[in-house]
Order: sequence, then structure tokens, then C-alpha cells
Amino acid sequence: MFNAVSALDHRTFAGDVTIREDGLRGMISLRGDMSLAKLKSVCTSLTGVAFPAQGQANSDGAQGLAWMSPDEVLVMVAHDAVDDALAKIAKALKGQHHLAVNVSDARAVLIVEGPYVRDVIAKLAPVDLHPDAFGPGSFRRSRLGQVAAAFWMRDDQSVAVICFRSVADYAFDLLKAAAQGGPVGHFPDS
Amino acid sequence: MSTRLARTGRFINKSKPVAFSFNGRNLKGVAGDTLASALLANDQMLVGRSFKYHRPRGVIASGAEEPNGLVNLGKGESFEPNARVTTTELFEGLTATSQNHFPSLEFDVGAINTHLSRFLPAGFYYKMFMFPAPFWKHVYEPFIRKSAGLGKAPKQRDENTYEHFNIEADVLVIGGGIAGLAAALAAGQSGARTVVMEQTAHWGGRAPVDGAVIDGKPAEDWIAETLAALSEMPNVTLRTRCMGAGVYDHGFVLGYERVSDHAPQPGGLKHRLWRVRAKQVVTATGAIERPLSFATNDLPGVVLASAVRDYVVNFGVSLGDRTVVVTNNDDAYRTAITLKEAGLEVPAIIDARTEANGELPQKARALGIRVETGKGIASVKGGKRVTGVAICAQAGEGAVLEEISCDCVAMSGGWSPIVHLWSHCGGKLNWDADQAMFRPDLDRAPTGADGLPFVTAAGVANGHLFTAEGIADGFAAGRAAAKVTGHSQKAGQAPMGEDAAEDPLEPVWLMPQGASYKLRSKAWLDFQNDVKVSDVQLAAQEGFESVEHAKRYTTLGMATDQGKISNINGLAILADQLGAEIPAVGTTTFRPPYTPISMASIAGPAQRDLFQPVRKTPMSGWHTANGAFYEPVGQWRRPYAYLRGSETVHEAVNREVVNARTNTGLLDASTLGKLIVSGPDAGKFLDMMYTNMMSTLPVGKCRYGLMCTENGFLSDDGVVARIDDNTWLCHTTTGGAERIHAWMEDWLQCEWWDWQVYVANVTEQLAQVAVVGPNARKLLESLGGMDLSKEALPFMQWADGTLGSFDARVYRISFSGELSYEIAVPASQGRAFWDKLLEAGEAFGIMPYGTEALHIMRAEKGLIMIGDETDGTIIPQDLNLQWALSKKKEDYLGKRAHLRSHMADPNRWKLVGLETLDGSVLPDGAYAIADGVNANGQGNTQGRVTSTYFSPTLKKGIAMGLVHKGPDRMGEVISFTNIGGEPIKARIVDPVFYDKDGEKQNV
Repeated sequence: MFNAVSALDHRTFAGDVTIREDGLRGMISLRGDMSLAKLKSVCTSLTGVAFPAQGQANSDGAQGLAWMSPDEVLVMVAHDAVDDALAKIAKALKGQHHLAVNVSDARAVLIVEGPYVRDVIAKLAPVDLHPDAFGPGSFRRSRLGQVAAAFWMRDDQSVAVICFRSVADYAFDLLKAAAQGGPVGHFPDS
Repeated sequence: MSTRLARTGRFINKSKPVAFSFNGRNLKGVAGDTLASALLANDQMLVGRSFKYHRPRGVIASGAEEPNGLVNLGKGESFEPNARVTTTELFEGLTATSQNHFPSLEFDVGAINTHLSRFLPAGFYYKMFMFPAPFWKHVYEPFIRKSAGLGKAPKQRDENTYEHFNIEADVLVIGGGIAGLAAALAAGQSGARTVVMEQTAHWGGRAPVDGAVIDGKPAEDWIAETLAALSEMPNVTLRTRCMGAGVYDHGFVLGYERVSDHAPQPGGLKHRLWRVRAKQVVTATGAIERPLSFATNDLPGVVLASAVRDYVVNFGVSLGDRTVVVTNNDDAYRTAITLKEAGLEVPAIIDARTEANGELPQKARALGIRVETGKGIASVKGGKRVTGVAICAQAGEGAVLEEISCDCVAMSGGWSPIVHLWSHCGGKLNWDADQAMFRPDLDRAPTGADGLPFVTAAGVANGHLFTAEGIADGFAAGRAAAKVTGHSQKAGQAPMGEDAAEDPLEPVWLMPQGASYKLRSKAWLDFQNDVKVSDVQLAAQEGFESVEHAKRYTTLGMATDQGKISNINGLAILADQLGAEIPAVGTTTFRPPYTPISMASIAGPAQRDLFQPVRKTPMSGWHTANGAFYEPVGQWRRPYAYLRGSETVHEAVNREVVNARTNTGLLDASTLGKLIVSGPDAGKFLDMMYTNMMSTLPVGKCRYGLMCTENGFLSDDGVVARIDDNTWLCHTTTGGAERIHAWMEDWLQCEWWDWQVYVANVTEQLAQVAVVGPNARKLLESLGGMDLSKEALPFMQWADGTLGSFDARVYRISFSGELSYEIAVPASQGRAFWDKLLEAGEAFGIMPYGTEALHIMRAEKGLIMIGDETDGTIIPQDLNLQWALSKKKEDYLGKRAHLRSHMADPNRWKLVGLETLDGSVLPDGAYAIADGVNANGQGNTQGRVTSTYFSPTLKKGIAMGLVHKGPDRMGEVISFTNIGGEPIKARIVDPVFYDKDGEKQNV
């Protein structure tokens, strides 16, 4: 839709580690019984990725699934595909207690990429980012500085961060400051 | 004279001069110097004045324990007070000034205090400044503030940046001496993820200075080989200039890395705070040498024996040409030997012990050094600098036997293991009488969540003062720690250490042991806070027998060095005075950080624009560009009013109110909390959360609801909309969104976990705009797409549709008393929608308004505001909201609490409107005055103002307040307090001041 703008409208910081706001992304918060085959299959068919294990996110471009809690999964689709996805979920889970709600615009997605991306995140989040503990596909709901954030490793040099839309400015500037602080030289592959 | 020696030191590079300045004097040091060694190389022995008596003070140590050498470092944006010269690495252009003196370091007026010391005994401040009470504020405090305080507070904002770094580790080794390196080697070889932190710039600790031999090689060679081996291990991180600052519960450890203190870059990263979650911590933190307590032991030139040889060996600096060594142990003989071998004079070694025949004393004698056993120092001679020592019998009372001229005294009272980090989280200590020191009791280690130890002390820090035991202990500690974390790959052989055999020391807490009062009152324990042997003895006499009380009474160990060199000596004096054993007196508590860390490192990135997250709505950019005067609401910034031209905030607010009541107002209401509550049991759940009935709300309709805590107090309010059979949307206050979401989750997860309800916070998914005023409908209908007529969308209903080109949910609700709609659109469309409304509203006199206009309009309508009319002690009945308390429901949160006698008391203050007789505005928070006084002699009260405004609509002051039996007293005039003026008379009236019949909104 021509009226729709993401929180930071694709703002970019270019450095050894780059940060860019990834624009609008469709996100559905789905709560329900995660063991249900119907639930898993609608999620995987909407996104084309495997259903994630605890602490994991599977993504393919803008589509993906992230494990949020024992009764919640985040379903990521194209921003203009949310209504259709909600309808498919409602159909698949008809008669089953669940909540599927569009949270696309409540969030911002920031992509952090570069050789010391682990350091940048570890400066802000109390999470073990050692490659032995946090590899591609690993996902955490934690915090960045003073705000809630979730993030996952896309590949060894790329992390996707989701934060609330209202604090996207703060999160972007915080990541930028962490990137500008340079590498720490602690993690083996950084 | 202190000076640079011809032979070079281990750490310095004489071919690289470094220019710096001290108190405006331009001086030269060399690369590798600390500020202390550079000052000493320039014969600048005097570095500061003491805290209380302003006594001249010189460097006493060579490391983190230094109490005297604190300076102001840098200027302006790089200014830093209390920098310790012994741990400040020299860099080109360093500027330092000494502290705590007036007018100059060399001539200090405050030094008169030393002659007044008879009148400044222990507890002086407590005794002197008690009475009369008003003197404290006007006389004593300003005086003390002026005379106290070492460093100055910075005047300019710090130019540097700081950061945190969060990691986890299997084994964290604190201390990079030989025991720490051995521990790291063992842990690393075992396969554990290992981190080693060393506070200085150099590995190996003091082993190379003390001539240790490891695996048959000089310590220096072993250290280099071990570092090379550790560097090859991908599972090991080595970090210098990184101090283990504190050990906390659950294996949390703070490491304070001084990233660029040694090579500052304007605006660059200065400190990094490592926040480590370690499974096991090995504290290999070494030991601190103790001073000896003899008269005038605080004169510049009286230095710890180990520091004297550190300066010679590491920095090529001698502290004097003639050094007298005074000791109670063999280790200090190393200093004499080092000095002699460097070509310096050692007129005598004064050994308090009656015999000294160990390997080192024999070597000293063989070098031709005179050794006097059974002797002590009666006093040190000199003013601002040592000129000699008076020798006496240690067993006597201080009769002078001989005076020896010298310009340096190297003293050693034995060693105290650094048990701070072991103790931070509860590690206990034992008194080792043979070595006269407290050392960790490994059977009483700090324990983690599993009840098992997570800290091990190792090496010297564990009481193993000799190389062989120390390095073996370090290796064993590293291996054991790795094993606990599940890593037990085969480690190599433990290193073998050796050094000179030493005879036992003899504890000496006072020199001479029978020192007179005159000598004791000049024998310093705490050099920074000026606490002497006589002060601790006085404290004991006056009944401060607990070590914690004596500490606070005398200020022993309370200075910025936290008593690193004074605590053990002080408590030994206390024990002696009390006739108790040292372990019975015990130590004071060791608290983090080990040495002070910068406040900025704790803040990390939270400075300047990142100090606090500021939440922004999709329309925030427009607000800022259009004169918004913001107010904080939680972490949001909401426009209080939009200023136009030169108008004041008050004028802007009045304009906004009048325009909304006559044309159209626009409010960014996006910050209001929006919670989706859904599920088969959602109606039942909301009936518990709200005081009124929500389960019966028909789909498509809205209802105003109240939420109470289980104690009955009003907690939040808002409009609830029924979306479908299973789903409600609950609006909360702006500040309540996260709190009420958590409140709902709390009840669902902990109490009613079997109810089928899900809650989602969609506050930020939606941008919400209130369109308010007589032209509101016309404006919205001009956008097209939805029928918003009175018939199609009556008051307190909502509808979904497309308004113009926007996906909209329109609520017909009003918080202003005007015809009003709130429209929610997806946040991504929020700004475009706002812009569209402004454009289309031009024809309808549209004007955005801020939170103050919102508050005034609701007050004109007598509508309450959570946080104004409520403060956590108010129940709905106080606000005449009985109509919202369901009588049909069996239960809801707060229902039973409302039955308590105090809640049902007819004497509670209740909400009324208030109108001043003269039309003025009542002061916010003013109390209604009642007759008489209470038990405390204070005037009685009968109510208070909760909201008060100038109403631009009515052109007079209006207020709401809580008044005793208020609703029964309509028309009565009561008086309100008015600070600095006469009480103000106001009439009790109906709180609805405007459009009582609701005709304006019902069109």
C-alpha cells in the first residue's frame, strides 16, 4: 500500500559492520498448542521453512518461523500477505483455541552484518554469542541495551534483530554505537 | 633523590621519551613508565596531601593498593579525578595535577591540621558536629565540604565512549601472574572455554622481580612460553588492562577493561565493562605487602619494600641513594639485595626478629649489608622527605639507640593475600597464624545455585607465598575448575617452581612493641584517611569493639583505596587493644569493586542520545517539526502542546482547547495501550479483571471499564470494544499498557492457568488518532468510504472499514465531551493518515492538540484521570464510580477488598468539583483546611485538590478534589492551603462543569 512506511524507512549505517532497517515485514504472533500437527503444517506451508525447535529460527528471505515460547511462534511472511495468512491460519485451526494476530507494524526489523557482528550483539544483549553456543539459526528473545529485542543468526556474519517500532530509532543508534566501538577480539571466528 | 638508573627496566624503553606535565611542570618519562615511575624518575616524590591533616604524601606502593598517589588527570572533556599514579600508564601529553591542597602542593594551609591533631581525634566529626542542629546545614557542612574531598568533580561532559560486553565462560581466571597463567594453561588444555583477566599491562605478576625459577628457567622465560602456548588455544582469551572488579551471585563477574587509558583518543572508546557469566572462577589475585606501624611512617620516601624493588627492576628507577630496609620477614631482604646489586647503598637492614639466618639474610650479609636484628624504627626523620631513621630496640618503648641517615625507607610487615574477589560472594577466611595472614578457607567457598562452590582461590591469593606451591596450586585449580565444567581432556604436566627458602616471619603490629602514645599517635595505619594506631586504640577504649564499628568511627579503610594496605594492621591493633585474638575480631566486609571503576563504564552506551530509549509514534516526526513541546509519559514523549509563533505554552493550550470545542481538534492517541484478549474464557477472564461486566458487551459496542488491584485500589481504566464472540480489545492508559499486559499474564499464568485465554499487546501495531469537535464527522466523511452518521455509528460503538484509502477501525467514543471519533490504522499508515487528516481538515479549522488540552477538556467534563485522581490509595467509590461496580458478578479483582471496613467507611474523602470564589486557579495538590490540629501539632485537613486548570472554555479556574463527605456538601465554601499566601476559598460543586447533559457529544 502506498501509504505504508516502515519505522525507519530503510535507514542504513555503512561501516565494517553495517546496519540497515529491512522495511516492512509481515509478522503474525501465533499462540496455541505448538504440538498440533495442523498448527505446524499451516506455519510451514505459509513460510516454506521447517518448524523451529526451541531457541531456533528458520528463515528464507523475508519468510520464516521463530520459536518465541512454548506456546508461541512468530510467523513471518510478506507484508501484504498477512491478511491471507491470517485467514489460512484461522481455517486450519478452526475450533482450536489459539490467537493469531497481526503484529507487523508493531515491530521493526534491523539487519546487522559484518565480520564482528557477534561482538556488536554481545555488547548489547546478555546472551552467549560464542559460536559454540549461537550459530546460524539460533534465536533469542532478550534485550538490546534498555529495550526488548529478539534476534537470530542468519549466517555467521549476519544477524536479524526485531524490536518494537517505537524504539527502532534507539535500537538503530545503539547498534550503530556498538559497531563503531569496533571488534573486541574475544570470539574465535571474529 | 629518586632518579632513573643507568641500567634499564623490564617495562621501559629509554629510547622513547614521553613528555608529560605535573602541576604545570613539563617533565620527561619514557615509554613503559607508569605515572608513578615517571614522577619518581624526575625526583617528584611528593604527590599529594592526605585527606584530614593535609600531610605531605609520596608514593608508597607500585600497584593497585596505592593510597597516596591520586591525581587529577587531563583537562576539560577528558578530566578524570582520583587517577592512581601507580596504575596510570604514561602517555605523550599526559597532564596531571595533585589533589587536596590549598594553595599549592608544596605549601598547604590545611597542613595546620596536623598540629591540631590532638583536637581531631577519632570520631571527631561525630563528636563535634552534633549540636546545635541548624549549625549542620549552615556552618559545619559547608566547612566540611570545602575541606574534604580528594579529586574535583568534572565540570564538562566526558568526551569518550564506553561499552559493555556480555560473555559466558567455563573458567574465568582473575589475575595473570604465574598462578593465574598456570590455571589458564590447565583449564585451556582441559578444553574449557577460558578467559584470563590481568589488571596491569603485563603478564607474570611479580615472579620475575622476585627471581622465581620455573621448570628450571627464569620466570620471565616460562611466562613468555606459556603466553605463546595460551595464544594458540582458540578456547582461551587473554586480556590485559582488565581487572576482575567483582564476583556476584550465579557466577556473574564484572571485568573492567581500560581500553585506551594508556593511549587516549579524543572521543574514542575508553573503558569496556565485561559482564561475564562464568561457570567457575579462579581468583589468582596475588597478595599485598603490609606496611609497618612506626612513628612518621607516612613521610614521603617510606615505601613498601616490594615496591622499591619493583621500581628498580621494572622501571629502572631508584627511590633513593641510601635505603634502610625495615622488616619482620626474609622477603624484604630481596629489596636490599636488588638495591645493592644495582649499585645503591643499603646502610642497614633493621629486622624486628631476634634472628635472621635464612638464605636471603645470609646472602645480604655476604654482600656486606649490615643486618640489625631485634631492632625497630623509633621514628623517621624529615619534613617533606625522609632524611634518616632513629633506631630502637623492637622490644622496648622507643629509646633511640642510633640515627642512620638515608633518603628512603623500604618497609615490609609481611604479605596479605588478596582475598577480595574470593570474599565478594561469601567465601570465608581462616587466620593463618604462622604466616600472620587471612587466607581463603576452600571448604567454605562461595556457592552457586546448585549449592556447590564456584570460586577457587589459587596461588599467592590462596596463601601459597612461595613459587613451588603457588604455581602448582594455580595449575591444580585450573584443572579442577575445568573438570567441574565437564572438560577433562588430558592436560600437560604441572609446572615446577622454586625460589629461595625463607624462615618464618614474626608478626609485628607496632614498632617498637611498647611504643609511647607520642609515637603511636604518629604511626599511620590508613595513609589516605589519616588514621593512626592511637585512633584505633581510642575507638576501642570508647566502646567501638566490633571491627565494623571501629572502621566507621575512625574511617579506617573507608578511603578510595578501601584499606588495601591498612585493614589487617588496623584490626590487629584493635585485637591487641581488646585483648582478643585477631581471628576473633575478624575482618571488615570485602565489597566490589576491587578498585574504583568509572561510573561511565557502568552506564556503558547509556549516554547522550542513548541515555534512555525514547518511544516514538509514527507521527512523532510531524510533532517535532511542528512546534511540539513534549512531556514524558512513561518512555514516550507526547506533545503537551504545539507552539505557534511566539505564543507561550499556556496560550497554545488555550488555543487548542477552544479550537477543539468550536472547530476540529486532532490528537495523536497512538500511545494508548491496546490489548487483544481472546479465547473461549476471555469473557469470564475480563469479568474478573474489570469491575464492571464485559462478558455481556455486544459485538460492535464499546464500554468504559475500571480495573482494580486485588486490594481494591483503582489501577487502570479504558474503553473496551467487543471484536467478535471470543475477542475483546482493551484500551489501557498510556503508562498502563505494559503493566496491564503483565498483570493479565500474571493472573493467566499463575492463578487461572487452565482458562483458555490469550492476550496480545498490539499497542504499537496501531496508530490511533482522535478527531474531536463539532466538525469531526464532516471531516471524516469528506475522506469517504464509511458511513459515520449518528444512526450508522452511535455513541460507544465501533466499525471497521476503509476511510479514504486507509484500513481503519473507527470508535465513536469521547473523552472531551465533543462529538469525537478515535480512528485506528496500521502503524505503517499512521503518518500518511495524520497528514491526510490535516489536509482534509483545513476546511474544517483543524488544529492538533496536546495532552494538556486533553486534560483540560476531560476535567471540564468531570472525567477522572488515572494518576491524577488516583494515586494507588483511591477506590472507585471515592470517585463516585459505584455505577461501574457490578452487583451481578460473583467476583472480580477488588470486590472483596471493597467490603473491608476502611473501604466501606462513609468518612472517606470523595470526588467533587471545586470553583474558587474569585475565579482563580487552585494550586495543584493543595489541602482543604479543617479546624484544629492533629497529634503532631499539624493543622487538620479535610480534602485535597487532584486536578486543577484554567478552563479556556469557561474562562475561570476549575478543579477536582477529594473532600470529606464532599458530595453531601454541595455549595459549601471551604479553604485551601496556598503556600506563601492566604488560604484560597472555593465552593464545592458538581465535577461536571461543561455540557452536563452531554448534548455536544450526542449529535
